[in-house]
Amino acid sequence: MNGIGHALDIWPAAASASAVEADHLILSFTVLTLFLTVPIFIAFTWFAIVYRKGVKADRRHSETRSSAIEMTWMIGPFILTLFFFAWGAQLFMHHKTLPAGGLQIDAIGRQWMWKFQHPGGQSEINDLHVPVGENVVMHMISQDVIHAFYLPALRIQMDVLPDRYTNLWFKADKVGSYHLFCSEYCGTDHSVMGGTITVMEPAAYQQWLAASGSDMSLASAGEALFGSYGCSGCHQGQSTVRAPSLAGLYGKPVPMEDGRTVVADDSYIRDKILNPNDNLIAGYKQVMPSFKGVIAEDDLLRLVAYIKSTGVKTTGSLQ
Amino acid sequence: MTYAAQRDAHVPHATIDAPKDYLHITHTVKSWLLSTDHKRIGILYLISITGFFFIGAVAAGLLRLSLVVPDGSIFTNDTYNKLFTIHGVVMVWFFLIPSIPATFGNFLLPIMIGAKDLAFPRLNTTSWYVFMTGALFAMLSVLFGGIDTGWTFYAPLSTAFSNTYVSLALVGVIIVGFSSILTGLNFIVTVHTMRAPGMTWFRMPIFVWTMYAVSMIFLLATPVITMALILLVMERTFKIGVFDPALGGDPVLFEHLFWFYSHPAVYIMVLPGMGVISEIVPAFARKRLFGYKFVAYASIGLATITFFVWGHHMFVNGQSDYASVTFSFLSFAVAVPSAVKVYNWTATIHKGTLVLDTPMLYAMGYIGLFVIGGLTGLFLATLAIDEHVHDTYFVVAHFHYIMVGGTVLAFLGGLHYWWPKFTGRMYNEAWGRVSAVLMFIGFNVTFFPQFILGYLGMPRRYHVYPAEFQLMNIMSSAGATILAFAYVFPFVYLLYSLWFGKKAPDNPWDAKGLEWMTTSPPPLHNFIKPPVVDFEAYDYEAKVPEA
Ligand code: HEC
Ligand code: HEM
Ligand SMILES: [Cu+2]
Ligand SMILES: [Cu+2]
Repeated sequence: MNGIGHALDIWPAAASASAVEADHLILSFTVLTLFLTVPIFIAFTWFAIVYRKGVKADRRHSETRSSAIEMTWMIGPFILTLFFFAWGAQLFMHHKTLPAGGLQIDAIGRQWMWKFQHPGGQSEINDLHVPVGENVVMHMISQDVIHAFYLPALRIQMDVLPDRYTNLWFKADKVGSYHLFCSEYCGTDHSVMGGTITVMEPAAYQQWLAASGSDMSLASAGEALFGSYGCSGCHQGQSTVRAPSLAGLYGKPVPMEDGRTVVADDSYIRDKILNPNDNLIAGYKQVMPSFKGVIAEDDLLRLVAYIKSTGVKTTGSLQ
Repeated sequence: MTYAAQRDAHVPHATIDAPKDYLHITHTVKSWLLSTDHKRIGILYLISITGFFFIGAVAAGLLRLSLVVPDGSIFTNDTYNKLFTIHGVVMVWFFLIPSIPATFGNFLLPIMIGAKDLAFPRLNTTSWYVFMTGALFAMLSVLFGGIDTGWTFYAPLSTAFSNTYVSLALVGVIIVGFSSILTGLNFIVTVHTMRAPGMTWFRMPIFVWTMYAVSMIFLLATPVITMALILLVMERTFKIGVFDPALGGDPVLFEHLFWFYSHPAVYIMVLPGMGVISEIVPAFARKRLFGYKFVAYASIGLATITFFVWGHHMFVNGQSDYASVTFSFLSFAVAVPSAVKVYNWTATIHKGTLVLDTPMLYAMGYIGLFVIGGLTGLFLATLAIDEHVHDTYFVVAHFHYIMVGGTVLAFLGGLHYWWPKFTGRMYNEAWGRVSAVLMFIGFNVTFFPQFILGYLGMPRRYHVYPAEFQLMNIMSSAGATILAFAYVFPFVYLLYSLWFGKKAPDNPWDAKGLEWMTTSPPPLHNFIKPPVVDFEAYDYEAKVPEA
């Protein structure tokens, strides 16, 4: 099945349960608004006809004020619409709560292309392949201006910011190809910054991964970079400079010199590499150089993947 | 004896001792350019913003032309981007924000409260010069090749990446902000200090209430955008790191500052429209406005709550999820009372005596389109819906329904309603009605398909788009052609009426309000005898014939 529409479509394909729910939400909200407005339009037209000048009509007892009526039509519709506020907020919070252990795919936006990196190290430009029925977590950052990652068939979008990771997750339940757009204006070629998201059967996805062969997973690519950028010189056991071990760091609380404690997540690790002077760690002399302008976002994601992976291994290769 | 009766008794018009009206006292260009008469300044603004409207409209026409084909083969991407930026900047800052306040507000506010001018006439002249200076800068940036940031100027695109004349345009917008501030200040002081004897607050027409509310927004919100834009210029020029993360800044901060102004700015555009409609509907229903006090309080209330909903433009930009939920709730709280004003207008015509002349046709069009714009705004305030339609054509349709369907129709309705007062001439009624109906049709054909396009997923600011969206885009462009005619007609027949129109009587609509109790056009100081107010606003009841 192909999810890309045809000229006469007036409703987009829905490729996930939550997209279907968003459709139900807007359709039922439309019904309520019709209920609140159609009578007004009819009344207005009706009055405009029967009370026209020259038409005989009963014009006695015409009201010009009534607090009771005013309050009813202020508060009545407000309460009715609040139901949709609540429904929308609940679905939104569901979108914002990342599932544990989903398939993480990194996305890097830059003028004017998307680069995606799968955990196995496979990367693709503008097009994205994902397995059906699995939670997919997009882990996104921009290399320049603000972009936005938009999947109409899944009814979700999220801004992709420079210097800060944002996330978006979905679980597609319909195999097919759908549009993938940049929805935040980002300069000259904004309107062509996009491609296709292909939702595949898990087996087909595995095949695709194998065919798009990459000799190294993200984590092992990160490990190689850890050596080539000279991180290992300080962060590995035999080094002369006293630097903290990074094994098992991911997700742990780190005590800071000023007494705060910061959890070592993706942003923290990225910040540490780019601005090592920002979060000074208790008990260490800060001698780490800044890698700002040296390491690009894709390599940063690889390094983070590597550091993350050392947490799960029982014997860290770091020390 | 009422004031009107006194005036009619003592000063039958067209007597020899009647002073010359404001148009005929002097005739030189200099006497217009240096005038401190609020009426002449209103007319200067009217001429200027009409010019800007046509500049913005030409850009819109080119955009619609380009979108007839999906592959973007008519212009380059850069040209398209410049066109929508020019269109947005000009329409928002040089047409719509000054439209009703600086023209009708200037002309009518003093008359409606029985004053002979605004509190600070020279400041008023200054505000027009400030406005034109800002416009000059913005137009220069267009002449030098245009800018490509969108009217929203998001950083770091606008500070570090765009190599067009962004600073020049920014300076223009910054300067224009000061003219808004001066006008707002002038209006507030005038309403407080210059009301005629007997003109209590609750005898003021709703139009004056909305001008007062808008002035509050001018004063409180404009300085924020001014500072934010100054920071943008500084960042472009001196690389201070406020918004650009590469310099240590935060781009989301700019979005907050921008929308802290630009959401209230929506009410700068909406409230005056409501004010105009609240004048027209009672006049053409010959009936007091339903719930006058409610509408007056609601204007002030809306101008206040509107400051607390800016975050609804940022649901998907990475702000805290709890902030998003709060902003969503507050947006519901502000949208519903604004939409139910429509119930008041409907109740007003109930049992009225309706005359469906041109201004009333515009008002009816306004009501229909404003409701659609308002309710789709509620959809956008619903978090899970906005996650899908944010930054798509759904938003483009929504704000055009509010700003063009709403405010521009109110502007044109008001222009026709007060045209006899402004110019002393009547326009051709048949042409007026045809254009009003044509505009309503053209508008819907242009913008309704965009709701569908947006829900289908077509992002806004897209020059090249997937072929399946072409049909709706062609419909939209076809509608724009109808709309273009509907805008050109009034321009032509109104101008024509200046020379060839019938002379207007003082009160052609048999309407209430001080502006109808003076001559058409009014004399220099508005009234032949300073008025004393001993009647309520919209006191149409006495006239309603019992059936
Ligand atoms: C010159 C030696 C040196 C080099 C090279 C170096 N680091 Fe560091 N690194 C340090 C020191 C010292 C600290 C602790 C400093 C502090 O107080 O913040 C540190 C801290 C860190 C931390 C935070 C650790 C924690 O426990 O919270 C991370 C993550 C990190 N470095 C990653 C890297 C990466 C990735 C590279 C290579 C791109 C690298 N470092 C290169 C010396 C170095
Ligand atoms: C007073 C009247 C109008 C106002 C205030 C107005 C305002 C705006 C604004 C603020 C934008 C956004 C620009 C941007 O994204 O940077 C816009 C876009 C646009 N408007 Fe208007 N507009 C008006 C009239 C019209 C008319 C009459 C038409 C149609 C003929 C039109 C067609 C468009 C189009 C095609 C876009 C571009 C959408 C996109 O590519 O995202 N506008 N308008
Ligand atoms: Cu983009
Ligand atoms: Cu808003």
